[in-house]
Amino acid sequence: MNTPHTIDWQPLWLSLELASVTMLILLVIGIPLAWWLAYSRRRWKVAVEAVISLPMVLPPSVLGFYLLLAFSPANSFGRFLSDYLDLRLVFTFPGLVLASLIYSLPFMVNPVLAGFRGLPADWKEASHTLGKSEAVTLFRILLPNIRASLITGAVLSFAHTIGEFGVVMMIGGSIPGQTKVASVAIYDEVLSTNYPLANRYAIVLLALSFFILLLVYSINHYYNKLKILP
Amino acid sequence: MTEPNPFLDFHATKMLHSAQGKELLDIRFQLEKGQTLAIYGPSGAGKTTLLRILAGLTEVNTGHILVGNDTWLDTARHKHLPTRHRAIGFVFQDFALFPNLSVRQQLEYALPPPAKATGTSPAAEAPPLIDELLALMELEALQRHRPGLLSGGQQQRVALARAIARRPSLLLLDEPLSALDDEMRNKLQEYLLKIKQRYHLTTILVSHHLPEILRLADTVILLKQGRIETEGPPTTIFTAFQPPQPQPQSSAPITLPGTILAIQPSGDCFLITIRYGEAALDIPVTAQQAALLTVGQTITITFNASNLSIT
Repeated sequence: MNTPHTIDWQPLWLSLELASVTMLILLVIGIPLAWWLAYSRRRWKVAVEAVISLPMVLPPSVLGFYLLLAFSPANSFGRFLSDYLDLRLVFTFPGLVLASLIYSLPFMVNPVLAGFRGLPADWKEASHTLGKSEAVTLFRILLPNIRASLITGAVLSFAHTIGEFGVVMMIGGSIPGQTKVASVAIYDEVLSTNYPLANRYAIVLLALSFFILLLVYSINHYYNKLKILP
Repeated sequence: MTEPNPFLDFHATKMLHSAQGKELLDIRFQLEKGQTLAIYGPSGAGKTTLLRILAGLTEVNTGHILVGNDTWLDTARHKHLPTRHRAIGFVFQDFALFPNLSVRQQLEYALPPPAKATGTSPAAEAPPLIDELLALMELEALQRHRPGLLSGGQQQRVALARAIARRPSLLLLDEPLSALDDEMRNKLQEYLLKIKQRYHLTTILVSHHLPEILRLADTVILLKQGRIETEGPPTTIFTAFQPPQPQPQSSAPITLPGTILAIQPSGDCFLITIRYGEAALDIPVTAQQAALLTVGQTITITFNASNLSIT
């Protein structure tokens, strides 16, 4: 039996690529969504909040299963994507990105939402009385004062995407260079009883996750020490 | 007697939900340009709500607000000008300074955008306004500081300067001096007077503090349970109005010995500051009374349930 013991870096790079793309798109989607949840007066926003947080409690396989059904060309949505947009989302990298966006959305939205809710209400009002629009208020006043929440949201959604496994298994499979991310690579190596290589992937992921969390807590600690409110 | 064209014409009704239950706020008043109006009354009377309605921060049931030639609110025509389009300078009770901006940046943030089609370029004249405000409020040395490092009185001056940098047609002050001690309060009243003289801003001031009102206001509205109880010049209002206080058991007068620290003109009357023990007391007197008094003089103040005299 000739099992390779040298680590193949491609799954790790793929994990990092997936996590980076997901984090960047989530910053663009998550900030307006959190802003809306924090300041909208619509009653049904609690339903939106609940839907966003679903991936935190749902088994990833459930999410993956429904995404698989939705993306499958055998069903109308998947057929529409494939026929009109020439987009195939099952067993492809774009499909993984879309699934990760849904899967990691609460990890971006919830910290940013908590950040907005922690700001005194009259900062926003004061900015409006000074003639400034919602957008100017958001970028000049609100966001600079929730920097720690933004960094937390970005880093947590990145880390959560790195750690995703169930969803990838359901809709991504294990196509090298396409959908075989690090967590799946570990599983594959274990299935083929190549424990030493599985161990190497696992150690890299363990170290990476630890340093990401260390970074988040250091940043929060720094901002808490720095915070001098009026 | 009302002028044909007051600068501010206000009428609003709003259901208030307080601890005492539902109460209808129904307020109508007018204000001349350049005047300072004080709103006085017990807490829960709707003073802050009134300011917030003017600023467009609180919705009303019915109402209209006319400022100069602009309609800010007209519920009959479904017109509600958003807060950011109302030319107001609002000084919040807790100042609402932005921790991420320095003192100077707070004022710059408040400047109205340039590119008005009036021919003048506010951008070119804007920095002089900021420098002028920083000088007037004695904030030059602090202009690069963030508000978190400033004292209460300093923060208050920044909030005031910021509100004026916005070039408002209406300055709204929500108990601006309530968080400050007496010494700071007196100093800040001087800053407010300076601003009044320099910019002739039409001002509405919510206050609990009689000496402050006597010193700063041209006219007073006494608000009670969402309605105007009386309105008029402060000297008239406060000689007729007794602040709600427990009446003394007997009508025996209380006498206090004191020393006069200062005598200042305040609107139609004079305000004398009297030192009594460790406390300082501001008391309004008429011009005739003031003429008989000098700074440093030792006097006796006599209070009884309905009268106050100085000998």
